[in-house]
This record gives sequence, structure tokens and C-alpha cells, in this order.
Amino acid sequence: MAEFVLERANYWAIIGLMMVGLYITFQSTNMIKRLVGLSIFQTSVFLFYITLGKVAGGTAPILFGKDAKGHGDGGGHLTDDGHDNLAHGTGETAAVELGVTGNPGGLQEIYSNPLPHVLILTAIVVGVSTLAVGLALVVRIRESYGTIESDEVRQSDIETADAQDADDPARQVA
Amino acid sequence: MTPDTMILMILCLPLITAAVIFVLDAVPDLREGATLLGAASLFGAVVLLVSNMQAGAQPELVLGEAAPGLVFAFKLEPLGALFALVASGLWILNSLYSIGYMRGNRERNQTRFYICFAIALFGAMGVALAGNLFTLFVFYEVLTLSTYPLVAHKGDANAQRGARIYLMTLLGTSIGLFLVGVVWTSTLGGSLDFVPGGLLAGKISPTEASLLLLLFAFGIGKAALMPFHFWLPNAMVAPTPVSALLHAVAVVKAGVFTIMKVAIYIFGAELLQEAPATDWVLAIACITIIVSSLVAMTKDNLKARLAYSTIGQLAYVTAGAMLAVEAGFLGGSLQIAAHAMGKITLFMCAGAIYVATGLTDISDMRGLGKRMPWVFGAFFVASLSIIGIPPLAGSWPKFQLFLGAVGAEQGYVAWVLLISSLLNIAYLLPIPILGLMPPKGLPEPAPYKRPEGAPRFVVIAPVITAAGTLVLFFSMGAIAAFLAPAMGGA
Amino acid sequence: MFETVVALAPDIVTRHAAALIVVAPLILSGLCAFMPSGRVAWGLTVVASVISVFCALVLLYQVQTSPDGVVSYALGGWAPPLGIEFRVDALNALFLILVTGIGLLAAVFSLPTVVAEIQQEKRALFYAAHLICFMGLAGVAVTGDAFNLFVFLEISSIATYVLVALGGTRDRRALPAAFNYLIMGTIGATFFVIGVGFLYAATGTLNMADMADRLTSLGASRTVHAGFAFIVVGLGLKAAMWPLHQWLPNAYAYAPSFVTMFLSATATKVAIYALVRFMFTVFSPDYTLDRLNFATLFVPLAMIAMLACSFQAVFQTDVRRMLAYSSVAQVGYMLLGIAIGTSAGVSGGLFHLINHALMKGALFMAVAGVVLTYQGTRISDFAGLGRAAPLTMTAFAIAGISLIGMPLTAGFQSKWALLQAMLDSGWGFAAMVIVASSILAVVYVGRVLQAVFFLPPANPRKVRQEAPLLLLVPLWVLTLATLWIGVNSTGVIALTDAAAEAALSGRAMQ
Repeated sequence: MAEFVLERANYWAIIGLMMVGLYITFQSTNMIKRLVGLSIFQTSVFLFYITLGKVAGGTAPILFGKDAKGHGDGGGHLTDDGHDNLAHGTGETAAVELGVTGNPGGLQEIYSNPLPHVLILTAIVVGVSTLAVGLALVVRIRESYGTIESDEVRQSDIETADAQDADDPARQVA
Repeated sequence: MTPDTMILMILCLPLITAAVIFVLDAVPDLREGATLLGAASLFGAVVLLVSNMQAGAQPELVLGEAAPGLVFAFKLEPLGALFALVASGLWILNSLYSIGYMRGNRERNQTRFYICFAIALFGAMGVALAGNLFTLFVFYEVLTLSTYPLVAHKGDANAQRGARIYLMTLLGTSIGLFLVGVVWTSTLGGSLDFVPGGLLAGKISPTEASLLLLLFAFGIGKAALMPFHFWLPNAMVAPTPVSALLHAVAVVKAGVFTIMKVAIYIFGAELLQEAPATDWVLAIACITIIVSSLVAMTKDNLKARLAYSTIGQLAYVTAGAMLAVEAGFLGGSLQIAAHAMGKITLFMCAGAIYVATGLTDISDMRGLGKRMPWVFGAFFVASLSIIGIPPLAGSWPKFQLFLGAVGAEQGYVAWVLLISSLLNIAYLLPIPILGLMPPKGLPEPAPYKRPEGAPRFVVIAPVITAAGTLVLFFSMGAIAAFLAPAMGGA
Repeated sequence: MFETVVALAPDIVTRHAAALIVVAPLILSGLCAFMPSGRVAWGLTVVASVISVFCALVLLYQVQTSPDGVVSYALGGWAPPLGIEFRVDALNALFLILVTGIGLLAAVFSLPTVVAEIQQEKRALFYAAHLICFMGLAGVAVTGDAFNLFVFLEISSIATYVLVALGGTRDRRALPAAFNYLIMGTIGATFFVIGVGFLYAATGTLNMADMADRLTSLGASRTVHAGFAFIVVGLGLKAAMWPLHQWLPNAYAYAPSFVTMFLSATATKVAIYALVRFMFTVFSPDYTLDRLNFATLFVPLAMIAMLACSFQAVFQTDVRRMLAYSSVAQVGYMLLGIAIGTSAGVSGGLFHLINHALMKGALFMAVAGVVLTYQGTRISDFAGLGRAAPLTMTAFAIAGISLIGMPLTAGFQSKWALLQAMLDSGWGFAAMVIVASSILAVVYVGRVLQAVFFLPPANPRKVRQEAPLLLLVPLWVLTLATLWIGVNSTGVIALTDAAAEAALSGRAMQ
């Protein structure tokens, strides 16, 4: 049992972070806190991808040693061989699914799968921009409403709506 | 001119009329001239087309494909020709009448009124000439939408309420039931063409046929079968010319005409006889006939009484279709023409009384006949026609329906017809009789609202249509012969 | 005519159309941001939209003429499946035409409303944000790579949050609406990424075509199921699928009129495209989800959306809110068609999607015209406008009637197609829900139309004042398109049929 839990420590962490993040996002009334929760939630996904890319015993995916000589012009441009190796990440889950083990593609050293890292770099950029826009919005909300508590904002919106309805001629007739 | 271009012309004429009316907005005399001219040329075109087809040919026109399998097709067949003739012919008289009525009452938005009227006639012509169920449905909805502004014409809260009920009932039933029926027919039958003998004959089981029949019978809300009849009394908030042409002729007749078409060309007599729901619908039609007559007796508002009378008379057509025998089909079809002629007269008389005196309640009209003898005379003749007394038009369809009821071994329908005629006498005849011969000692009726009395047009039109009921009686034989090929499938 | 237009294309366009459709607006948006005046930025936006429309036409032509119906473009010369592939078949070609076409009309119409609703110094930036949003949507539609799809989705979404928030100058409620949209949208996008992660774990590829191939040989597993669930929830949020639509009404009601119009006609549509792409091309329902039928999941949701949101629309006093709720209901129609999974159903759903884009676009444009001239979006503000602005309101009425589904309008044709698909595949009950929802549409559209044409003006000072010409022209283009499809939809149905075929062909290969 302990083994079952500990072997998947990464995933437990991911699930934990995800739940914490979502809970904060939905439960909190403070808009900054909601954004914090959202960021935690996103971070858990980054962790999820990184975990997928990990190959047991693998090192950072920079060609070195014999591999570097074999692929003299650098590890960036992917050949068909490279594609097989790199795309079929042999992370824990992927290994189970594909049964890919060992060291295909004629490489001498074991590398982690770089693709998820690249993806997550993009995702981090997306997350940062979202956060930036979100914070900017909170600033603007603070300027117009004088508060960043979403329940107070809602209360004041309801009052606005009631005031508008009050002078709606259609309502007055009814 | 070839017959198919004639069909196109008949469809275009009302639209052109509407456009001309729009252009002539500022010149009322020319505008109303355009209406009359449009109506007259439409009637002329229909007559020409129909006289050409008497050789037995059925001209067709395909306008194009709306979507794969959905074709805008038109085809002139006897039943549609009859409906087109009635609607376009009565449009002329009604236009005359409208001019008098609208001017006499100094109504607002008259241009919108005439435009919508012309578009409604476009819808009615489309329904009459439709070559398949899809086209028919499309024009059925055109008719619904174009008449909504007419019903709401007065614009006050009452008119809006009535118009809303009108629109919601007709759209609700047509979208909720009729449309489903049409689409289902196309999936079951593979097409939507009108096939003599029935498109669905032999293709579906009686149970499916029953469901489908119920969808059609209640989905075609314009036929005003109970319990979807309440739009008709509510539509009486409309100006009387609208009630006269649309709610005695074009709209309601489009409803029963559609039922007739569906019964003859989609189901066919055999399938109808097999389907158990035919009997249910027939029974509902009979209930509608009796109940609406009873309700009519309680109404003191003249237009409301006429509206309930219309509901009952429409159910005759539905009943005729549901008898599923040749005489029933024929009786129902003749009823379309005969009732149109009679009921438009009654409505026009009601309008004439309103224009002249502002009266709407029957109890106030006692003795009024002395001052308006022509109007009450026309009312009397038309009432007799509705009741079904020879030599007036209304007697033929009742006779045929009687034969149909006996032929279909639905004896109770014959009794219903008989009782209904008695009820008709009870709620219609007192109006002209008390109008012309009031009991002694009554105070003088209210003075004219307008010093000069009813405008001339408003009196002439109903007198002509009342005379029409007499003429129609003698031409019924020819009409029946003309319709016979369509009923042949029975 | 189509061929001659395409033949005009210079070589660079014919070879790089798939990339240009994204790159052109991207580059021009950067330029826009530095333009001194909103008017110049507007010009650039129109230019970018024209280029994209042209590319979309070229792509459609290439798809129709290519032997296997697929145009594949390797971005940066990196060969798929490892490199990012832009892959266009009949399905995305349809969406590209839709998005770019609506984008062009929206761009043309935007000038007067933006002048009225956005502060002067923000206009250039506003157009830059709009072009980025536009480019993101086009990117979602053109890409063949699952992760790239996420990136484009987020690019467009982030731009959207900004655009919605710009409504704050007119009504401050736009700000919390944008904030909530941001939270929900980001959660949706993140769910989508989690789903893609699961699929990547299962297949080791991100290319959607490749993924579909590998899933076929892998068969179903819990990883795939989990991935499917996350993707559906994520995209469902973006598409405003009931009950994940809570962000939509406020965002539509308070955003600048132009943004509402553009979003309603494109943003949710593109999310639905992504959903279709995953449901049918990537996953093949027959084997991946053998125990979980699509229809049993989506049909109830779609039916509730159609009824509940139409019902909510009836009780709105604000026209834009009403139309927003109606949009959620209409998404139900599309999902219903797509969910039953027959080719007639998918085609009908897509057909309704196109028609809905046209008519909702027209409706929101007309509302924008009213906002411009009379500053109000409540139903009572619309009273008597039929006389004051007959051209605008006639277009509004036609589009509204099409929303109800009256004959001779586009809405009727697609409802007919949907009804037929339902009855053909034995979903008679769903057919009844379709018509019931249409009847509710009669009520809510009728309320507005009645105010427009039959009520006296609430404000007697309202004089005859049409919307400006720049607004009227695109409005009437959309309206006439609605009427044209209503009369002759053969061409559009051919497109949607091909698209449905392309979407389902993954399954056909089994």
C-alpha cells in the first residue's frame, strides 16, 4: 500500500495541488485569491506534464557523449529516428501504454522526453498572460467598485439592476 | 401565356400590388385604386388559368430547390383552383368594402393595412396552388405572419392581447405539431408530393397513420378544431374587413383546405378508413360543431357570435374529410366555397352596422333593420344559406355531407348535422328578424354615429355576396363536376 | 466565379494559405497597436480580415479539389506528426470561411460603434486585441495539433477577456463579467490541457490525425476515457454547453456591442468545432467509448439547454441578455444534432451553427445600431423603433423570425434538417423538444418585435434615425444571407454534408 502511494508521489502531489487550486478559485470571494487559486490549479497541470516527460534514469534531454558526436549538427533538428525516441516518451504512464522501454533510436544515453517541457514553457507563458490580464481586471474593478470582494461587487450590481428596472417604463405599467 | 407562367403571375400579382401600395403611400385614392386593380387582375388571372385547365390538364411550376428534397413546386388541381377562385374573387368585393370601412372609421396606418392584406392574399394563393406539402407549409406560415399586423391593427392593449393569442396559437400549433407531422411524413413517405390516392397509402401502419393524423388535425390550427379554436374569437379584435376576408375566407379556409389536401393526397381514403384516429378526429369535429353552436348562442357581441359560428362551420369540412368517402370529401370541399360566400356577407353586415352606428351588441340592434334594410336583408339571406336552406348555396354541402355520413356508416354524424342546423337557426335568424321586425314598444335605436349613415361601398359589397349565395346554389352542380377528378381517389 | 477568384491568388497565397490566414492578422495586430488613430487601425483590421477571407476561400478550393480532401501544411518545414501541422479538411474549411467571413463583416461594421463606445486613446489597442482574438479563432480552426489548438484557444480567449472588459467604460458591470469569464475560461482551457496530456500519455503524439490512428490500434483504456472527459468539459465550457454556460449571459450583455456581435457569431462556434473534431475525428465513438454512448450524455444536456435557456430568455428585460440566453439554447440545437452522431445529424447541427452565426450576428448588429443611436438595450428602449429606424429594425425582424424558424429563412431550413435527422434516427422525443424550444423562441422574439412595431415610442424625442451606413451594409449582408439560405440552401448543405463526412470519416475508416 505504502509502495503504491509512494511510487506515485508526483501524481498525488498533482491531484492535491489541483484540488487546492480549484477549491480556492471557487470558494474565495476575494478576487486576488481566486487568481492565486487559478494559478495553483494551472501549476498542477504543469507538474503533470513534466511528470509525463520523465524517463526512469533519464537525464536532461541534451545530447552528450557519443550521442553528441553521432548527431554532430546538434540535437535540435529532429530526424525520423529522433522522432521515434523523443515523441514516444517513456514516462511512467506512456511506458505502460506503449511498452516502449530501453533505448531506441540508436542513442547511447537515456534522456527524458523534452517535448512536455517545451509544451509547458508555452503553457506557462499562457498562464502568466492570463494572470496579468486577470490582475489588470482586478485593478479596474477596484477602481470602479471600490472593492475586490466578489460578493460585494455582485451586491452593488444587483442594486444597479434594481435601480434600472425601477425606471423601466415597461415595468412601471406592470 | 403558358399555364406555368400564369401560376407565377398569380403568385406575383399580390406582391406587386403590395409594392405599388407601398409606393403610393401618400396618395390614398391611387393606393386604393391599386388594391382594387390588383384584386381584379388576380381574379382575372385565376379565372383564365382555371378555364384553361378544364381540359383535365394540371399545370405545374417548379420554382427551385430550397434544400435537397425540398422543392418549391406549384400545381393547379381542382380543389386548389376552387380555393383560389373563392379567395381571389372575394378579395375584390372585400377591397371595395375595406375602402368604405377604413375611410368611414378613419383608421390609422391604412397603407400597412393594405400591404399586409395583399401579402396575406399571396400566402393564400401559395397555399391554394402548392404542389407539395413543403410549399404548402411555407405559405401557410406566410399567411400566419402577414395577418398578425392586421389583427393587431388597432394597436390598443386589447388588440395586442388578441393578436398575441392569435399568433401564439397558430404558430405554436404549426411549429409544434404541423411541422413535426410534415417532417415525419417526408421521412416515412420519402417525399412530400401530393399523390392522388395518398402518398402514404400502403407505406405506414394504421398506428403511425393515427399519430400522424392527430399531428395534422391539431397542428393545422387554422382549421380551428377544438381545443385550438380560441384564436378565432380573439382575432375578432381586428377591423371587420380583416375578419370578413381572412377569418371567414382566406385564413380559416386555408386551414380546412390544408386538412382536405392532407386527407385526400397524403393519406388517401383507404388509409384514413384503416386508421383508428380518423374516428376520434371525426368525433372531435362533431363535438366542435355542437359546442361552438351552443357557445355562439350565449354571445351578445355580433362578431363573437359569428366567430363561434365559423368554428362550427369549419368543423363541417374537417368532418367531411374524416368521413373518408367521396361524398364526404365533396361535401367538405363545397362547404369551403359555400360557407365563404355566406360568412363574408355576415361579417360585412356586422361591419356595416358598426361603421354606421358604432354598435357591436346584438341586443342593441333590434329595430335597426328599418333604417338599414339592405344590410339586414343581406344578413337574412346569408343566414339562411349558412343554415342550409335551398335555394341557397349552403344547402348543397350539407346534403353531400349527409350522404357521406350515411355512406360511411357514421349515422351519428347525420344527427349532428341536423341538430347543428337547428342551432344555426336559433343563433342566426333572431338577429335579422328582430332587426327588421322589432317587438312593439321598443325605444328608437341609437342614432347614426355618422350623419350620412353607412358609406355606399360598405352596403353594396354584402348585398352582392348575398346574391352570390343564390348564384352559387345553381352553379354547385358544375363545381361538383369540376371537383370530381380530385375526389376520384376516394 | 469561385474558381476565377481563387485563380487570382498569387503564388505565395496558394502555397501558404493555411499559415497566412493566421499570420496576416497576427502581424497586422502588432502594427495596429502602434497606430496613432483608431481609423487607421480600423483600416488595417479590414485589410487583415480581407486577406484571411481570401485565404479561407483558397483553402476551401484546395480542399474541394484535392484528391483526399485534405490540405496539410507543415509549419516551419517541420514534418508532421512531430512538427506542428496545419491541416484543413472540409470540416475546418467550413469553419474558416465562417470565422473569417463574419470577421470581415464585423470589422467593417465596427467603426461607428467603436467610435461611440471606446475611448479615443484605446481604439488602436482595441483593434489590436480584436485582431489577436480573430487570429486565435482562425488558428483553432486551422491547426491539426492538439496542443497548438490549446495555445490558439487561449490566445483568442485572453484577447476576448480584454475586449469584454473594455465595455467597462459604458457599464462597469462589464468588468466583473470579464473577470468571471476569465476564471471560467481558464479553468476550461486547463481542463482541456489535462485531457490532451492524458491523450499524449496514451498515444505519445499531439498531432490529431496521428492521435486518431494510434487510438484506433490502442483501443479504449481508462487514460483515454479520462482524457475524453476532461476535453469535453474543457471545450464545453468554451462552447457554453449547458450547464457550463454561466459566464456567457453577463459577458455578452455588458461587452461593447461590436465584441458581443463578433463573439456570438464566432467564439462559441469555434469551440464547438474543436468539440466535433475531438468527438469524431480523434475519438471514434464506436470503439473508444464503447460503454458510454455519446448520445446518452449529450442529448439530455442539449435538450435541457434548449428548454431551460429559452425559458430564461423569455423573462429577460434586456435585449442583449435575452439574445445571450437564446444563444445558449441554440448551442443546444447544434449539440443535439452533433450528439446523435449520424451524418445527417452532424450535418444538420453544423448547418444550424452556420445559420445561427448569421442570424445572431445580424441581431446583435441591429442591437448595436440601437445602442449607437438611442443608447439603450432594454426592451422598453426598443419601443416604437420600427418607425424611427425601419431599415435596421426590418433586418432585426427578419433575423428574429429566422431564429424562431419561420419558413423562407435560414433558421427554418436548419431546423427542418435537424428534425429530419432526429426522426430518421428514432429520436422523436428530441424532435418534440426542438419544436417546443422554437415555440418559446416565438415568445421571446415576439416580445421584442411587438415593442418595436406596435408600441408607441417610450421616449417621444426619438426621431427618425437609422444606424450609419457602415453598420447597415454588413447588417443587410447577413440578413440577405439568412433569406437566401432560407430560399435556397443547397450550396450550404453541400458544404455541411462534406464537413460532416470529413468529421465522421475517422469512423468510416474503421
